[in-house]
Amino acid sequence: MDLSSISPTLLIASLMVAATPILLAALGEMVVEKSGVLNLGVEGMMIMGAVCGFIASVESGSPWLGFLMAAAGGAVMALLFGFLTQVLLSNQVATGLALTLFGLGLSALLGQGYVGIKANSLGRIDLGWLSDLPFVGRVVFGHDPIVYLSLALVAVVWAFLKYTRAGLVLRAVGESHNAAHALGYGVRHVRLMAIAFGGACAGLGGAYLSLVRVPQWTEGMTAGAGWIALAIVVFASWRAGRVLAGAYLFGGITVLQLNLQTAGASVPVELLSAAPYLVTILVLVLISLRAGRAGVAPADLGKPFHAST
Amino acid sequence: MIRLERRPTPSRAWGAASPLLAVALTMVAGVLMFAALGKDPVEALRTIFWDPVFGEFAWYFRGQLLVKAGPLILIAVGLAMGFRAGVWNIGAEGQYIVGAICGAAAGLAFYPSDSWLIFPFMVICGALGGIAWGMIPALLKVKFGTNEILVSLMLVYVAENLLASAAVGWLRNPDAVGFPGSRNLSRWDASSNLELIAGTGLHWGGVAAIIAVIFAYVLLTRHLMGFQIRLAGAAPRAARFGGVNTARLVVFCLGFSGMLAGLAGLFEVTGPAGQVSIDFASGYGFTAIIVAFLGRLNPLGIVAAGLLMALTYVGGEAASANLGLPGAAISAFQGMLLFFLLAVDVLTNFRVRIWQGATA
Repeated sequence: MDLSSISPTLLIASLMVAATPILLAALGEMVVEKSGVLNLGVEGMMIMGAVCGFIASVESGSPWLGFLMAAAGGAVMALLFGFLTQVLLSNQVATGLALTLFGLGLSALLGQGYVGIKANSLGRIDLGWLSDLPFVGRVVFGHDPIVYLSLALVAVVWAFLKYTRAGLVLRAVGESHNAAHALGYGVRHVRLMAIAFGGACAGLGGAYLSLVRVPQWTEGMTAGAGWIALAIVVFASWRAGRVLAGAYLFGGITVLQLNLQTAGASVPVELLSAAPYLVTILVLVLISLRAGRAGVAPADLGKPFHAST
Repeated sequence: MIRLERRPTPSRAWGAASPLLAVALTMVAGVLMFAALGKDPVEALRTIFWDPVFGEFAWYFRGQLLVKAGPLILIAVGLAMGFRAGVWNIGAEGQYIVGAICGAAAGLAFYPSDSWLIFPFMVICGALGGIAWGMIPALLKVKFGTNEILVSLMLVYVAENLLASAAVGWLRNPDAVGFPGSRNLSRWDASSNLELIAGTGLHWGGVAAIIAVIFAYVLLTRHLMGFQIRLAGAAPRAARFGGVNTARLVVFCLGFSGMLAGLAGLFEVTGPAGQVSIDFASGYGFTAIIVAFLGRLNPLGIVAAGLLMALTYVGGEAASANLGLPGAAISAFQGMLLFFLLAVDVLTNFRVRIWQGATA
């Protein structure tokens, strides 16, 4: 094994790329869960975003339109979930699973004619001499716009939840929908908006996979990224900053195992490919070990709300 | 305006009628989907739902029906038990794979012996493999309170990698030069899981499914464990105060569903699939989730749901061969079915009232 072939600069730069889809999806899901809704359909919304974004980008030639359509596709899928769980009061766990199964099937159907083509990808931002700096240039100034968008979104979500009135209402709805309802806030309205936002974020994350990271369309290409995003929300104990840390940690493991594979490590390839999932399990266990975690989750997470009057 | 009013108790009539309504709605949506794909919708529905049972080649398709329904029912019965108790095992696909690998490995260890003991031994090992894989989320949940949904699902991806390493590495057929995949288990007399009655497609997996359905039905309706499962799902707090041991329930539900999924994998690898290969995982573990819900989490309902879902598989294959319908259309169709089912369920728990003016 030749470890010297792994360059730390490239490693960090590519871990940011690897983490971005999960970061976007996890950030959206965190907002959804903060409003008291558990949407297990992240995987389904991501893959729909991946296929919608890819098709739009191929047909129009513009990756930007691709990302826009991906966000729209993810949001439409999410609103389907929202309609079922908020209006028809169906079980959130079961509906989320249905969303994932449906999304995987529908995306494969839509993406039929698009297997094996290349889409117009997003270029890296070129900031002249800044991007030419030895280490900082590649890691800080050498990414595509979506990476920066995802980082900005972390800050926006954090500030929104912490400092704005709307963010306070959203948290109130998640902590106690009955109290929020009694105060005159539209619980269903708030939750539907949160769900749509979560879907749009998951869609963007999916499109980042199909348009930048891979960049191709293949059936089931999200390969569990949506589920990992769900795990990261738990890992982050519903805080935006920790979502960022969790996503980058996970991205780091993914990139590291890929690098070890190419460097010819003496560990079996299959074990390396399974490593990100094993680490996720390990992290979940470690979080559960931490005392007092039950108080961290939004109190009304996953509970249906039905206003009797 | 339309308003929902909670029923004091869920309506039994709607509980029974809603799956039928959901199937009907899915058919309507399916017609629209096939039309959108540019296929003749009537022709497509006839190929998928009518021809396999009553058409010209029904003698072939009817056999396929039980081959597909067997594992689906077997897995779904186990899952439904957990879903009823609020234990969400969605990693049945992983337990299915590990059951198949363990069973196959146990059998292949004795190759080329032809003792009749080998097949029963493989069955036991397959079941144990499934149980072991199901125990990981169960014990983590009981010991540390880790979310079983995420852990069981992550283990699917781990199992897929295990499958890949078995198929190209340690279970690879030493006589096949360079080809991945294990020895063919269905062509080795000691391990083959043959059709029991010619032409029906019934193999040992189908028999196991029937036993599992009866067992689950009796357990749920006649046994204290079944009562506790139903109680824990309907009223978790009451169950805790009533002295239900939640930890035992979690271990039982995940172990039971893991065992059945492992068995399904073992019967598949020794019969229809024939060998441990990279593409062995076929998504039964995920489709079984739909089957469990479509069958109202009731063992007898699951039999009907499993047969219907098997029909969409068999008919879907026929449709993709004859009409050029994309294979993925069937999984979208199946997902739609689950959606409609969850949507019409509102009628079971709520009354729909038309709001007339302000009557306070």
